[in-house]
Amino acid sequence: MKKCRRCAKSATLHITEIQDGKAVAVHLCNSCAQEYLDEEAEQVSSAPPEDVSAKLEELMSEDADTDTRCTNCNISFGEFREQGRLGCPTCFEEFRVDLMPLLENIHESATHMGKRPKRSPAQTVDQARLIQIRQRLEDAIDREDYEQAASLRDEIAEIEKTLRPAIQSESDADAAD
Amino acid sequence: MNTDGEPNSVCLSDLARTSGGWLAASGPESDVVVSTRIRLARNIVGYPFMSQASDEIRRSLVEAIGRAIPATPQTSDFLFIDVGELDALDAQLLVERQLISRELSISEGPRGVFIGRDEQISIMVNEEDHVRMQILNSGLALQESWETIDSLDDALEEQISFAFDEKLGYLTACPTNVGTGIRVSVMLHLPALRITREIQKVHQAAQKINLAVRGLYGEGSQAMGDFYQISNQVTLGCSEEELLDNLADVLPNILSWERRVRDLLCRDNKSQLEDQISRAMGILTSARSISSEETMHLLSSVRLGVNLGLVSTVDIAKVNELFIHTQPSHLQKISGGPLKTTERNEARARHLRDNLSD
Repeated sequence: MKKCRRCAKSATLHITEIQDGKAVAVHLCNSCAQEYLDEEAEQVSSAPPEDVSAKLEELMSEDADTDTRCTNCNISFGEFREQGRLGCPTCFEEFRVDLMPLLENIHESATHMGKRPKRSPAQTVDQARLIQIRQRLEDAIDREDYEQAASLRDEIAEIEKTLRPAIQSESDADAAD
Repeated sequence: MNTDGEPNSVCLSDLARTSGGWLAASGPESDVVVSTRIRLARNIVGYPFMSQASDEIRRSLVEAIGRAIPATPQTSDFLFIDVGELDALDAQLLVERQLISRELSISEGPRGVFIGRDEQISIMVNEEDHVRMQILNSGLALQESWETIDSLDDALEEQISFAFDEKLGYLTACPTNVGTGIRVSVMLHLPALRITREIQKVHQAAQKINLAVRGLYGEGSQAMGDFYQISNQVTLGCSEEELLDNLADVLPNILSWERRVRDLLCRDNKSQLEDQISRAMGILTSARSISSEETMHLLSSVRLGVNLGLVSTVDIAKVNELFIHTQPSHLQKISGGPLKTTERNEARARHLRDNLSD
């Protein structure tokens, strides 16, 4: 039986290590093996793989005005910090001051360099208005004010028509032929 | 599109007996690379993000996307699965299959997934973002996967407008996805680097260039069966092509590192390695009860054995399939119904014996 590499006891555990490009078998007794594994575990925990979500949590604990609310979806910056999720696209505008440093910290940049929609993106003003009307629609349904709900639905349809991609109306035209 | 409850369940039991194309081990470098996955996060203009979306809004999102998908050439024959209507076992089946995330399977409210016939593409609705589209291919297929999902994204955008900002790019609920909304994950099988503890160095090297190393089922999951997912962390400030190049640059080093260590183990420790692989095969072909964890661990040794030519009775595609078919939900579906843990362990052992014995 092989002897433990660290003491004189018989080795019970055999570990393969790579040393200078060669696979080397390390033979250890029970107690030395435990020490060896603890050392390894320590090395691992001293260099934990950094994760974006962990980084986000850390950044979230920094000071910011937590009471500011998004005028569009009404989420507060504090609520965003708590759940780590924004409430609507307008939040990016509303919380810009606090969000930009956060984005730069996560991505080391705050400028999009990737693909963009082939056609020009929908008007942001209309986007925001749509979200607000949808919320008013829900309130109206809750209140059972169906008359207002109906007119809000019409309003949504009207805006959606202008937001619809040009291509869609072309294919609609084809279908009508 | 199929919105009926009934045909879904038929389709799901079929799913349990087959395996997705990404498990076929037909792609490049499949001795080390299991699969390449790319997902894009998108949100639809005019709707709040999920945290502020009532059930009513979630329902109209499902409807809006449900109109766009059949009208898009690439996705016109996709099957819709209403995840809110699925029982826990069926939802878990889709998770094991990598077609939906665990988050979608356990969340509340109207939500679902559109799945392509060959399971290569799936589009989740109302997950963390309104739309999460993903492509999953066998082996290392970065460029090809990107081209397919990029053109799908373009085609969907002809039907629905995605929230986009000139400076910040595609807007997502979580700031970590803003910009490209892309996550590229390559799933690697690295048994030799794990045996020799070299895997720690992979973690460190990846971290230096902003890549994350995770387990089989993504964030927070352990590296079961020696599977590791390497993926980008940053989504803002570089183009999709740059992100892909970044991965394409580093992956060959990891692949040749794993292969070099496999060769070294073969050269310097062959008898020990053969012993380990034969024992794994022995247990898998004769056990009467076996846990999912032990199965993953042993199958990893067998997969290594097949790649080194030390096991010839099975091929990599079969081993890949067994990794998925021995997961709890697949196993219960194959066995025909819910099973308790002990029954599951017995069914798993039986399934392994049936599939691995000569």
